[in-house]
Amino acid sequence: MSTIAERVKEIIVDQLQVPAEQVTPEAKFIEDLGADSLDQVELVMALEEEFGADIPDDAAEKLTTVGEAIKYIEDNSADK
Amino acid sequence: MANFERRVVVTGMGALSCVGNSAPELWAAMVAGKCGIGNITRFDTTNFKVKIAGEIKNYEFESHFSVKEARRLDLFCQYAMIAADEALESGNLPRNLREASGLDLDRVGVLVSSGIGGLKVLCEQHQVMLERGPDRLSPLVIPMLISDIASGNISIRTGAGGPNYGIVTACSTATHSIGEAFWCIKRDDADMMLAGGAEAPILPIAIAGFSQMHALSSRNDDPLHASRPFDRDRDGFVMSEGAGVLVLEELEHAKRRGAAILAEVVGFGASGDGYHITSPAPDGSGAARAMRMALRHANLKPEDIDYINAHGTSTGLNDKFETLAIKSVFGEHPQCAISSTKGTTGHALGAAGALESIACIQAIRTSTVPPTINYTTPDPECDLDITPNVAKKREIRTALNCNLGFGGHNGVVIFRRYEA
Repeated sequence: MSTIAERVKEIIVDQLQVPAEQVTPEAKFIEDLGADSLDQVELVMALEEEFGADIPDDAAEKLTTVGEAIKYIEDNSADK
Repeated sequence: MANFERRVVVTGMGALSCVGNSAPELWAAMVAGKCGIGNITRFDTTNFKVKIAGEIKNYEFESHFSVKEARRLDLFCQYAMIAADEALESGNLPRNLREASGLDLDRVGVLVSSGIGGLKVLCEQHQVMLERGPDRLSPLVIPMLISDIASGNISIRTGAGGPNYGIVTACSTATHSIGEAFWCIKRDDADMMLAGGAEAPILPIAIAGFSQMHALSSRNDDPLHASRPFDRDRDGFVMSEGAGVLVLEELEHAKRRGAAILAEVVGFGASGDGYHITSPAPDGSGAARAMRMALRHANLKPEDIDYINAHGTSTGLNDKFETLAIKSVFGEHPQCAISSTKGTTGHALGAAGALESIACIQAIRTSTVPPTINYTTPDPECDLDITPNVAKKREIRTALNCNLGFGGHNGVVIFRRYEA
């Protein structure tokens, strides 16, 4: 069974089509991983889907790095 | 003040179609009379009256887009961009015009649109919304479905910063786009334009929608002979998909960069029937007005036209009324060659005008009239010589392309052999 961090990374790799080694906890979605505002919406939707979580817009806006996304899921996911 | 003395030439062509995934393959199939229509493979047609269409074969996008790019493009827009890539490369230009030396990107425009737009993404996402709620809708649905996004995406890809919009006139979309692009260069707003159209309508909603209008052929047991323009036994058009893009360029600009000049664009005509949402005006007067306008801009007489690529959809009404339109402008017995290439390609809606403009340009360049295939039984109401079944050799200096769209939009573009 993969950890939450591994599953979040997998989704980011698939969604943003970036090499896995770039998806470090410090990596910023926009600056480092080339995401735009539409990618961010899709990414949040994919995370909600995977973890059965509801990520409200105001929370989603604060998720700017891979690490922040992992932390948010760890704190809020139904399957933690 | 605009300088209408500027001349506009064609310096590149690209196409995707059910008979080939490049402009040379398209033309070869048109001349050979090879039909690209077959059974629909994209979806289960069990409950559909119409089970045939002209699908693009061996489609591959990987040499044009990354997986992420492709995910953001409806099929129609992918087709448009692939045709644009080919048009640029055939014109000895890079796909990314930022890499072209000495090109003023602010003077390069794009007019590539679609009759319907991103119907595939709309249908898929509508289903998602109904089944799973509005919060599950993709944020890409709107920017993927709008018809003008083809011009937008080509501009983003190439860096073209000149005039950029989308003209939507159903089945004459590409013709109007090419004609308007011609004027963008004429009036000195651009030196180069990418112009054409794209369509990806082989989807349940479009097949059923056109079928409910009784616009489509239901000759399901004989797809290769279903599209039969001007034949007495025609029973509707056969929907197909594709894209066509031309590079239009101001003559001196083309000469300065040593571009090969394929033909000159000399006239554009546009008119509205003011009659009915789907039926052409019964006397062909709307189409005739567009033909006369194009001739006037080109400063040509009807007898100067050597070849007409007719809209010739293979529907009962279009072919009959277009016959009347041609006769009213060119006389009861026109001296020019006439054909419809839709027996070969089917009807690619918003892309048709670009595919058929390529036919006109190649007809001029090779002195060849592509045939109207599947012609077996004359129709007294369509008694033009439409070059039945076999291509003909003939000197062609000037060719006229005509396309007519639902809504009563008529578009005509005239191409001429380039002569200094």
